[in-house]
Amino acid sequence: MAIDLLYFAWIREAIGCDGETVDPPDNVTTAAELIDWLSARGDGYADAFADKGRIRVAIDQEFAGLEKPLAGAREVALFPPVTGG
Amino acid sequence: MMPVIRLQHAVFDPVAECAKLELGDAGAVASFTGLVRGEGGLVALELEHYPAMTEEALKRIAADAAGRWALAGLTIVHRVGRMAPGERIVFVGAASRHRGDAINAMHFVIDWLKTDAPFWKREEFADGHSAWVEAREGDAVQREKWSDRTKKGCRGAAPLSGK
Repeated sequence: MAIDLLYFAWIREAIGCDGETVDPPDNVTTAAELIDWLSARGDGYADAFADKGRIRVAIDQEFAGLEKPLAGAREVALFPPVTGG
Repeated sequence: MMPVIRLQHAVFDPVAECAKLELGDAGAVASFTGLVRGEGGLVALELEHYPAMTEEALKRIAADAAGRWALAGLTIVHRVGRMAPGERIVFVGAASRHRGDAINAMHFVIDWLKTDAPFWKREEFADGHSAWVEAREGDAVQREKWSDRTKKGCRGAAPLSGK
């Protein structure tokens, strides 16, 4: 099923766009698996996701752990740890 | 109590924000203003955020604070975009009958804002290089210290005198 991806901060810069719509295969069921699948798409992706410990996720605009099932998610955002305030 | 939450490019006036908080049923107003530090040759700070999510994240933090302390008012103003050293970035103001609720709520909101709202800072320096600010482990520690306090415990202590 199609998922809208959003990228922020240095992940956006490494990949070279602020988002895209993807249609991952059925065996991609969690955010971590989505990241692995994206990493195989090319250098920018591999660079952006080289250290999964530095990746944070929001699924349908809710912060989520990397192991959270995507379960029909419409929008997944991938970004570094937040640094506001 | 309806929290006031604003995301904006424009500068804000902390004095005016505090004055508005005084108009409610308040005996105390506590506020925090965060500024761009101009250290290390910094010439600009760029604040990126996740527009569809940011306001909701701030509303959630505000609602959490309102559930923990008896507040007469709560204001969060966070700027986005490009800022120069010395400029204001963020304002948190809380009003309550007695000082403890306002001070604790203000402190809680700024601590949680650091870890639970989708903002990212990029620093630009005089020599032309720029770098994304790394999250500080201390921020997560600051956030967690609020988990140790029960909701009632924060407002349970009787005031020793006045406000």
